[in-house]
Amino acid sequence: MTAVLTAVTEDDVRTALGSVVDPELDEPITDLGFVRSVAVDGGTVEVHLRLPTSFCAPNFAWLMVSDARDAVAGVPGVGRVVLELDDHSDSDLINAGLAADAGYRGTFGHEAEESLDELRATFQRKAHTAAMERALTALLRAEPVRTEADLGEVTLADLPAGPTTEALLRRRATLGLPVDGRAPVLVDAAGRRPDRAEVPLAVRKARSVRISIDGNAHFCRGLLATRYPGAEDDQFPRADDRPLLPVLVQEVSS
Amino acid sequence: MYSKDGENYFIVDAHVALWDARPENQLNVHGKQFIDCFYDYHRNLSPESEVWPYEEYLYQGGERLMKDLFTDGYVDHAIFQPARLAEFYAKGFGQTEEAFALSQANPDKLTYNHWFDPRDGERGLDQLRADAERFGLTGVKLYTADWHGDSRGWKLNDPTAYRYFEVCRELGIRNIHVHKGPTIRPLDRDAFDVADVDHVATDFTDLNFIVEHCGLPRLEDFCWIATQEPNVYAGLAVAIPFIHTRPRYFAQIMGELLYWLGEDRIFFSSDYALWTPKWLIESFVDFQIPEDMSEYGPLTTAQKKKVLGLNAAKMYDIPVPAELQLPDADETATGPRQPESADLAMA
Repeated sequence: MTAVLTAVTEDDVRTALGSVVDPELDEPITDLGFVRSVAVDGGTVEVHLRLPTSFCAPNFAWLMVSDARDAVAGVPGVGRVVLELDDHSDSDLINAGLAADAGYRGTFGHEAEESLDELRATFQRKAHTAAMERALTALLRAEPVRTEADLGEVTLADLPAGPTTEALLRRRATLGLPVDGRAPVLVDAAGRRPDRAEVPLAVRKARSVRISIDGNAHFCRGLLATRYPGAEDDQFPRADDRPLLPVLVQEVSS
Repeated sequence: MYSKDGENYFIVDAHVALWDARPENQLNVHGKQFIDCFYDYHRNLSPESEVWPYEEYLYQGGERLMKDLFTDGYVDHAIFQPARLAEFYAKGFGQTEEAFALSQANPDKLTYNHWFDPRDGERGLDQLRADAERFGLTGVKLYTADWHGDSRGWKLNDPTAYRYFEVCRELGIRNIHVHKGPTIRPLDRDAFDVADVDHVATDFTDLNFIVEHCGLPRLEDFCWIATQEPNVYAGLAVAIPFIHTRPRYFAQIMGELLYWLGEDRIFFSSDYALWTPKWLIESFVDFQIPEDMSEYGPLTTAQKKKVLGLNAAKMYDIPVPAELQLPDADETATGPRQPESADLAMA
């Protein structure tokens, strides 16, 4: 064969959109039901996104729609991308900015100062903290001889293989933290370990981060389905790397 | 007053509104988007039997408010916390005249708090003085995400805001209710960030800062600030209806608040007319933290009594019958409260 024309399919586009994460909820927009429609016409792709409320924070909205546009544009065979955010208080502004390729500052004008990099980094740190707490709390429940105060000594090699540990490793890699077995699990985003006396407090702080993200994720999913009846059919259960803690411990502890 | 199983609960609803979001009051599409967002919250979190028709939700009126709160809702005293939203609604969202008239007609049942916006500058300072005198203000409700010209938000630690807080101090406005919202300048940063609460609470230790929605969706940042600042309080508006659809999440919210802030600094709020107080109060009195959540201690009856009314009554000097009063907990002023009460560490 000489020339292979790649025919773009809706599946290709949805797969690409699956790499786009809601930074606040740390979940793919495809699982959250935020993709309203995908239409492919030759090399032209039109995607509409939707969010749980008209007033979802515009900076997070921008991160998701601009990431989505980049993801779709990167699919082989895609020529033109029309990406729009529907029913948002800033829809007109954001859609015009995307169409003109105006970038974050060009789109938001005086409301933007530098970039959204630090915002994204803040939520990558929170995502790591939550993944760390899930792994440590799961260990604590599976091995009741351990106490919270001991958790400062746990290394990655102590964690059982499985999706919870894999999720933690991915988020460590994002932050540039070591992923070898000897590396301590309970660290901050810069890799620092708390003093032994501070370990329980560090675990409790991490727990509040995890609870906050989990709670927001559930609420946003519910609101989306309230706002767009039927949207629940487009939502996929949270990945099993994030079981809703706390898990039942009655059986194991009796 | 609510009574159940021989226990009596004095109820203060610390966050209610009398709003008008009818189409004739909407200035633009954002007025519709705003009330639709509220209505989705209402529909999503309410038991089916408590869902209002959309038309009724747009405007409830004083008569219905009195019935929902005091006749049907067990509330002893309620505090208006109005939102201005002048860019969305011709007469504003919170109906100042109607709410103030109701509170004057029922002074033992209603307290009227008003708002200010530091972006109103010098004129706003004069207005705050006039409002304090007219309304007899002891508290204000601040909405930092309110739009104002081409500005879509402000921070509590903006220099002009500090001038307003100095005037609050001078006028005896001690109770500052803060609602963090979703849009703020610059968009570079997290719009729900509660760090400005930390600054202002440190610099105005004689003022009380009640963070509505207990900082949701940034519960963790809020808890970490509040545990270090003895004058920061948690309002349960928007948090408490999770008790119905997501009781385990609500248990975690309560567990976290009790751990980081303690039982004397949490206020019940229905956020009427987002929700009605009756079912929330009934549910809260019946509520218990699930047994398998061994990281939290059980919720005591005394804690429920404090949250449902005694804490806010104390802050607002609302008289409480002597037999219903409770002493403050013997808790540390800062840092985790009763960390040993229950914990995985003790399992």
